[in-house]
Amino acid sequence: MGNEPFCTYETAWCPGCGNFVILECLKTALEQLGKDPSDVLIAAGIGQAAKTPQYINANAFCGLHGRSLPAAAAAKIANPALSVIVNTGDGDSYGEGGNHFIHNIRRNVDITHFVHDNQIYGLTKGQASPTSGFGLVTGVQVDGNFNEPLNPVLLAIACGAGFAARGFTGRKEQLISLMKQAIEYQGYALVDILQPCISFNKTNTFAWYNERVYELDESHAAQNKVAAMTKAIEFEERIPLGILYREEKSTYHQKNAVLKQGTPLLERKTDQALMKRLIASYI
Amino acid sequence: MYNLLIGGAAGQGIDTTAAILEKLLKRSGYHVFTIRDFMSRVRGGHNFSMIRFGTEPIDSHSDRLDGIIALDDETVLQHRDRLNETGFILGDNKLAASDPRMLQFDMVGLAKKLGNPRVAGIIAVGTILKLFGETLDGAEDVLRAFVKQQFIEINLKALQEGYQLTEKRYTHLTGQYRDWMLVSGNNAVALGAVAAGLRFYSAYPMSPSTSIMEALAALGDEAGLVVEQAEDEIAAINMAIGASFAGARAMTGTSGGGFSLMVEALGLSGMAEIPLVVIDVQRPGPVTGLPTRTEQSDLRFVQFASQGEFPRMVIALKNSTDAFYQTMRAFHLAEAYQIPVILLSDQYLGDATSTVKPFDPERIRLAEPSNAYVGDGEYLRYRYTENGISPRLIPGRTKHLVSADSDEHDERGWITESAEVRKQMMDKRMKKLEGLKRELLEPDLIGPDEFDTLILGWGSTWGPIAEAVRILNRGQSRRYAALVFGDLYPLPQSLLKEKAPKAKRLINVEQNATGQLAGLIREQTGIVCTGSILKYDGRQMSGEEIARRIVEEES
Repeated sequence: MGNEPFCTYETAWCPGCGNFVILECLKTALEQLGKDPSDVLIAAGIGQAAKTPQYINANAFCGLHGRSLPAAAAAKIANPALSVIVNTGDGDSYGEGGNHFIHNIRRNVDITHFVHDNQIYGLTKGQASPTSGFGLVTGVQVDGNFNEPLNPVLLAIACGAGFAARGFTGRKEQLISLMKQAIEYQGYALVDILQPCISFNKTNTFAWYNERVYELDESHAAQNKVAAMTKAIEFEERIPLGILYREEKSTYHQKNAVLKQGTPLLERKTDQALMKRLIASYI
Repeated sequence: MYNLLIGGAAGQGIDTTAAILEKLLKRSGYHVFTIRDFMSRVRGGHNFSMIRFGTEPIDSHSDRLDGIIALDDETVLQHRDRLNETGFILGDNKLAASDPRMLQFDMVGLAKKLGNPRVAGIIAVGTILKLFGETLDGAEDVLRAFVKQQFIEINLKALQEGYQLTEKRYTHLTGQYRDWMLVSGNNAVALGAVAAGLRFYSAYPMSPSTSIMEALAALGDEAGLVVEQAEDEIAAINMAIGASFAGARAMTGTSGGGFSLMVEALGLSGMAEIPLVVIDVQRPGPVTGLPTRTEQSDLRFVQFASQGEFPRMVIALKNSTDAFYQTMRAFHLAEAYQIPVILLSDQYLGDATSTVKPFDPERIRLAEPSNAYVGDGEYLRYRYTENGISPRLIPGRTKHLVSADSDEHDERGWITESAEVRKQMMDKRMKKLEGLKRELLEPDLIGPDEFDTLILGWGSTWGPIAEAVRILNRGQSRRYAALVFGDLYPLPQSLLKEKAPKAKRLINVEQNATGQLAGLIREQTGIVCTGSILKYDGRQMSGEEIARRIVEEES
């Protein structure tokens, strides 16, 4: 492995897929942070993006469609020494797993959530996803998608996320920086990563994104929730990239009475004297 | 042996009154068994508890009553027909119901005089203690477990007021159970889980399983375990799997409806070989069914739940003692075989309190995940082995990388579509069943070795069936025996195959409409039951009912 501890394996993605960029940026971010592969757990659900854990040298948890967040959060609860990163798609995160998305934001376990958001279902070959644009024609939405597109960053801020960002595969340097900040952030951190699906989304192409995106500068008040929500709403004409909202919040480990004592959950043992007392309390 | 019923509307404090009375009786030396029958509502309706107590072991309820404590008229109307001619109905002066067996006092008035009408139930407890020749010694200690400090004094006064209202009517019997536990099935499960080193319990509230989560939450901070109320049962089981993968012993619990949502993830535990314990505290279905009542209708469901084929273990809990030890054993089997283990309980067992010998956590051995890889060559999470069990490491605890995948995977845990690897990996997983079969516990044989009729049952009907066998074998007749299963899948077959051919009649007794155990036995062994006693009205059969129906079945 040499200088590339998080070396990539052979993938099953389409040539030119935005997932390659995300994988490359993820590896770079982890390497720049000095992480050891054995201390990193990459978790995913099911989908094209959710194959990410298979293609990077780290611990991997490829669970069920939509259910990566609960499993990943609990893995972190069990062992806080693990860097737990969820890499999965818009369908997995916001559709099948929508309920877990909302409630894991509320839980605020210190995990990182990178959503490969191409506004389409890739693995099942091109149906509308929760973030698909209004009017998008697919093999199922034959008259055009007439559901409101879900705005994940806006929703995350509304649910109380302390770190909500948007990246784009066409802005690699910024994406690496966002990933590093998200991984280092203490608490649940969302980076919604815009990526083209070259096979199935002919509307939201690389050029489509490229014409619209711009990087937020220091004038954006990321600690101001109203300013952050205003920026998060911006999507059709221009799309702001960067950390839209950031606030330091108590994490699950800091809030939970057992975990805040410091001993990692997986190192605890049941005290036999306590067990005797518990049994005696029923006598 | 005595049998008392305490009844009233939801919100009248029946549960606390019963809990205090049963504990006082147990502390006095009696063997106590209490069932809880309540409606799915927070206020009003009709709820009751039945406390049966005596000097010999009692493992089930009885339909015949020696006394009724009526907190409302409805209680008198609903239960007076079951009351012995010499029994009593203790109630307030203001009850309108009339019956020659009524024993009425101004209990609400007395309670008001004491300063709180809510202690009327405790006044009744005092009266009961007097009727049964008990003393008030140790009452304060018991009250402390149920009542806040500032209310201890008023409750003690209420007990004394009640005690003075009447004269002793029954003889105090000296029992040997003062130092035994009084514990519900659900609390026994919680204790067994803690004894087994449970570190993470995630669940969504659902009757009748919720009290397991509450019991664990109550002791969680002290015992060093995390209880997480999940957003739904899908999250609950996926959290438990994630925690277990990362090295924390994990469990989830629910009833049939929640289990339905957990089904896909059950397969994930099987496929990714992540140890998991799931308890299904059954209630009548389909769907919402009867939320607060009892049934044994999920056996065939949990045996097959989830697509595809993978090894699993299904264990039904028979009583509170069994609930403790089998929960511990479930964690051992889940870890040793890296499989999901499903515990089947039900409302009857979950909510019933019974007197049991203090649990011994050291009786059950427990497998631990490995902290080091000692094999030859590269670490392979899903290495092919003789017994199908691969070396499980915890991610982050060694330099070796650990993968889990719901896709078919190779020995490293990487996705594959190879036909050869698929077959080898299926064979590896299914081979674990061979080892599991050697772990199986045969059913309990209740009754004599020689019999004409063999009753087959499982789980919580253990107590009622045992009582039915005693009733049926009274006098000269010793013609009845029973096999009651705990381990159900894989099905232990040795004792069944030895005993069934000797029976003239083979009758399955189950709390469901289709005879699910009989079906399982027929499928696995070809043994066919000749008669079937089923109940699916949400109420547990008593020993008396089983005995009566067996006699009817045979005539």
